[in-house]
Amino acid sequence: MGRYVVRRLLQAVPLLLAISVAAFAIIKAQPGGPLAAYEGNPDFTEADRVRLEHAFGLDQPLPLQYLNWLGSFLRLDWGYSFASHQPVLMLIGERLPNTLYLMGTVFVVVLLVAIPVGVLTAVKQYSWFDHIVTGTIFTFLSTPTFWLGLLLIIVFGLQLRWLPLGGMQTLGASFDVGDRLRHLILPVATIALVQMGSHVRFLRASMLETIGQDYMRTARAKGLAERIVIMRHALKNAAIPLVTIIALDMPELFVGALVTEQIFGWPGMGRLFWDAATRSDYPVLQGILAVSSSLIVLANLFADVMYGWLDPRIRFS
Amino acid sequence: MATTSVTVTATAQDLRGVARSQWLMAFERFRAHRPAVLGVLVLSLLAIACAAASLISPYDPDKTQLLSLYEAPSLRHPFGTDDLGRDLATRILYGGRVSLTIGLLAVTVAITVGTLVGVLAGYYGGFLDSLLMRFVDAMYSFPRLFLLILFGVFFKGMTVGVIILVLGLLSWLTTSRLVRATFLSLKQREFVEAARGVGARDRRIIFRHILPNSLAPIIVAGTLGVGAAIIAESTLSFLGLGIQPPTSSWGNMLNHATTDMDKAPWIAFFPGFFIFLAVMSINFIGDGLRDALDPRHVVRKT
Repeated sequence: MGRYVVRRLLQAVPLLLAISVAAFAIIKAQPGGPLAAYEGNPDFTEADRVRLEHAFGLDQPLPLQYLNWLGSFLRLDWGYSFASHQPVLMLIGERLPNTLYLMGTVFVVVLLVAIPVGVLTAVKQYSWFDHIVTGTIFTFLSTPTFWLGLLLIIVFGLQLRWLPLGGMQTLGASFDVGDRLRHLILPVATIALVQMGSHVRFLRASMLETIGQDYMRTARAKGLAERIVIMRHALKNAAIPLVTIIALDMPELFVGALVTEQIFGWPGMGRLFWDAATRSDYPVLQGILAVSSSLIVLANLFADVMYGWLDPRIRFS
Repeated sequence: MATTSVTVTATAQDLRGVARSQWLMAFERFRAHRPAVLGVLVLSLLAIACAAASLISPYDPDKTQLLSLYEAPSLRHPFGTDDLGRDLATRILYGGRVSLTIGLLAVTVAITVGTLVGVLAGYYGGFLDSLLMRFVDAMYSFPRLFLLILFGVFFKGMTVGVIILVLGLLSWLTTSRLVRATFLSLKQREFVEAARGVGARDRRIIFRHILPNSLAPIIVAGTLGVGAAIIAESTLSFLGLGIQPPTSSWGNMLNHATTDMDKAPWIAFFPGFFIFLAVMSINFIGDGLRDALDPRHVVRKT
């Protein structure tokens, strides 16, 4: 087990390196470049351009630029944003808590709803409850996130005026828990409603498979209460594949939900990426891409390890 | 000798008969899946209406009509008009051409590339396999929306052709893994050895003997992929990096909806509703196909 984890970690190193090369190449291919903002400025001479390119190291050969970047990246020196001139690490550090706050809430809400609903739809398969839930899930799985967000804003923000249209808190107001929560409801609902479906479907299918197993009959034959049979014997086994799905969701906690953040003006990682992408802010883009892809690689590893650990029938080889 | 060859022919014909009836059985199972049939119906109607847009609608989809800005839905304009006075229903039909075409063709690109990579990796194996699969792993490690946005910025918005290529080239990963898995599990089996034994070449073994076995999962993944591609295109266009105006797509019609939500909520509602309708139909069809093509997948009825 320990050896398996170590081996997988070692295998992840070349993958991460490949990813970093790809991230570097993708971003280097972007047009305009960091000095595009100065183009058309009459005071910006050729000499200024050369001086700035030299100062940023943009005049070095590409492989060298990559190695420089990788070296400083590993030393946690992620450079400065071309747009705001703040350290990239600081910018990410500012936005990360906002995204964690939003996505963490989504995460908890999704699990709190999906687990009981998934179990119930399986236990009461083909009941009216199952049909309604399955139908609702299918509806939300086919809904584009941005459209759902717009509709929620129109209905609950503009028409009913129950909830704020966007932002994390009322501007200028002092910190207030109720105000914070009210700003959280619509963005969380937007992401959770779309995300919940796949979890419920997954757990339902997994529960149905478990319920058909022989050990369930044994548990019942022992005279155990139905509640214990379902919760302890069925759910515990059915939840194993769900754990891996949840592990694979983890990167989203940090990467955020770009579209939702955009619609609701939520100052998180997704919007940071959007702003950086539209302004050719290379250092910030590289930082975010590196963080997000490393997290995805680690989450995959974590999911595999968890799967084997929870289900002893799986053997590592 | 003569007798043997006759027998062999007969068996081959029998086999072909069995194969055909398997597809027939799948078709019957699909027909019994009511949501899937409904999906086919809705999607066909939608596609026909979009194709016949110029016959159905008396309006020009792109021409500004200053006298009819922000008109609420009425008999003359069933879905209302937008910020430039254009009939929303007309634009939705024309936009549907763009969005549906992109969904379909992007998946065609994705399946072609995915199958090719999957065949190369799965059939030939070895170094080529590890190289291709590590590449797939690396591609999987980037959030797809991030890459789409970078491409959108790179091209400063996209034309229909570019967005099809970009979406296609970012969506083949799952197909390649599916195809590779089939080849890995089947290439050592007896029927493949038999084909090789009678002197079949690689190309014949790949396309006649192994690939048909991964057709079912490819069809299901492809169908669901069309819905995903439509959502991806509309998201990108909504953000302003996809299809550029004046060409309408379901996504870019929602582009300005955010600023007009208060006075003209119908501008935000209808284009999105059609994305939803198309994707829902496609998902129903995909579900029906999965049940029809892979009977093992159907959950036991108790």
